[in-house]
Amino acid sequence: MTATLSPPAPAPSHSSVLTRTVSTRRRVVDKVASTLMTLSLLVAAIPLAWVLYVVVSKGASMISVDWFTKNIPTNVSSSALAEKFGAEPEPVIYGMWPAIYGTLLITFMASVIAIPLGILGAVYLNEYGKNGRFARVLRFFTDVMVGVPSVVMGIFIYTAWVIRFGAEGRSAIAGALALACLMLPIVVRSTEEMLRLVPDDLRAASAALGVPTWRTVTKVVLPAAIGGITSGAMLAVARAAGETAPLLFTIGAVSEIHYPPTGQNTALSTQIFSNITQPGGAPIAWGAALTLIVLVVVLTLVARFIAGRFAIHANAAS
Amino acid sequence: MTITPDPAVAAGLQQDGPGRGGRADRAFRLLAWSAGVLVLVVLAGIAISTTQKAWPAFSSAGLDYFTTSTWDPNKGQFGILAFVYGTLVISAIAVVIAVPVSIAIALYVTELAHRRVAGIINTIMDVLAAVPSVVFGLWGFLVLRPILQDWFNSFADAVSGIPVLRTLFGPSTGSSFMSAGLILSIMIIPIITSISREVLRTVPANDRNGALALGATRWEAIRSVVLPHSTGGLVGASMLGLGRAMGETILVALVIGASPQIVANLFAQGEAMPSVIARNLNESSGTYQAALIGLGVCLFVLTILVNIVARRAVGVFERRSRGAA
Repeated sequence: MTATLSPPAPAPSHSSVLTRTVSTRRRVVDKVASTLMTLSLLVAAIPLAWVLYVVVSKGASMISVDWFTKNIPTNVSSSALAEKFGAEPEPVIYGMWPAIYGTLLITFMASVIAIPLGILGAVYLNEYGKNGRFARVLRFFTDVMVGVPSVVMGIFIYTAWVIRFGAEGRSAIAGALALACLMLPIVVRSTEEMLRLVPDDLRAASAALGVPTWRTVTKVVLPAAIGGITSGAMLAVARAAGETAPLLFTIGAVSEIHYPPTGQNTALSTQIFSNITQPGGAPIAWGAALTLIVLVVVLTLVARFIAGRFAIHANAAS
Repeated sequence: MTITPDPAVAAGLQQDGPGRGGRADRAFRLLAWSAGVLVLVVLAGIAISTTQKAWPAFSSAGLDYFTTSTWDPNKGQFGILAFVYGTLVISAIAVVIAVPVSIAIALYVTELAHRRVAGIINTIMDVLAAVPSVVFGLWGFLVLRPILQDWFNSFADAVSGIPVLRTLFGPSTGSSFMSAGLILSIMIIPIITSISREVLRTVPANDRNGALALGATRWEAIRSVVLPHSTGGLVGASMLGLGRAMGETILVALVIGASPQIVANLFAQGEAMPSVIARNLNESSGTYQAALIGLGVCLFVLTILVNIVARRAVGVFERRSRGAA
């Protein structure tokens, strides 16, 4: 018995059999369906490839040492206007370090809050609550919370935190809280799905050795599912890192680097949003978009790598 | 070979002796329980905190808040109907386009593609699912909008003689319900696909191979075994996409056009609930701010209703598939 489940191997092709024995109508329907499925891939892939291509081609020119070390320029629109009216444009130093740092800080804090709580919640649902009434209610509301729009999380933290603390309310902490609200149900549900894949034989075997349930959970069940849990959590992190709406009302705005988690901050996503409509801001928006995409893609790929590694370990252990 | 533990022995093991982890087990259970309950606490917190701050708008505008479509902060008139309309229209467009495409891709990956091809597609889809919505918004606003304006206007000209289509597809500036719906659909395709894929993977290989062994074609196996087995999960995946579409803020704020109106022309500018909040909440105060927060409350309630309906639907499908088995 292996601890991780792999997808079933696809059955060998039997098209040669089909051509000989199956009626024309059924064969045509089969071909049409297969073709549609293949074409649907293009429907999705073309716009997505287009987005990536445009972001890379327009954003790449922004990436330099300044981009990762300097503050965000505040003279972009005045420089663009000066150029428009024939005056000497001011030199603009394109930096994005405050927003890069802000995104990393806010996402990290949100993860520290949401991931452990989410995993614990999933453990309750799958290992203790199971199909009991309360667990079913909890599962239902977790699903409901997954469906709650991210902007509502932003409004929630705005009403519950920012308004209450007034001028000091907007901060990286407030943004992280909003993102944590967003991540929590995602982590709970993805972790629970993974825990459900762990075969009951493992739990029974552990129980048969006289191991208490909580030790079984921490030493057997969670390690067996760690690949999937990490993967799910990382996807939640990637989603949070790219979110704009929860941060709009919660983190404020700065253009200079701000290290502490208190006080106003900025993030890549909000920089993209605010620079799109600003005169001369488009290059900044494209550069920030490229940076954000790379960050998110790296997170996702690292998640896949970790997932693969841990899956092998769990396999070998069993 | 599976060994079924004797129920009595298993029951005995469940009850830990007092010294041996019984107390630790109870503490751990309580910890996990608290984390689970946190979800309920946060949900209740959202409902209470936002409703409380939105109350001035609800009480001053009364029922008009929900039944009129005049939104004029300067005159203190707050009717949200146009925003609700916009949100429903764009998310409907997005879901109608995205769901068939997503499920088809998921089927392709799980049923047709060679394992190596499937791996590549899965990785691409996972990476693309992570592309932030603000990036889609940036692309939609700066790159796609001018192109869509040409397409929409040519299409509107082409159907200008046909009664119903003429009403639905009129002249466009590029910012429109349809632009928002189209880009939203692209955005939710990878999300619905990746969930659908996981759902389709749970179909037992024996069921599928059994159908194939009985002489079913690939498509017949999909229709008779794979889809019935996974319908509930696919509905869930689609509903997640719907929820994402309804609540999507930044992308919609950039491409819908910011003019609250209820018109049948899908190519006309509109406004949606989340986008009007995103644009104005930071600069608002007093009743206006309360009215915007009230929109958030409505969005919250709306998405919860959608999810409840979705869960009901999933329950029905699950019962049906159990009955068939």
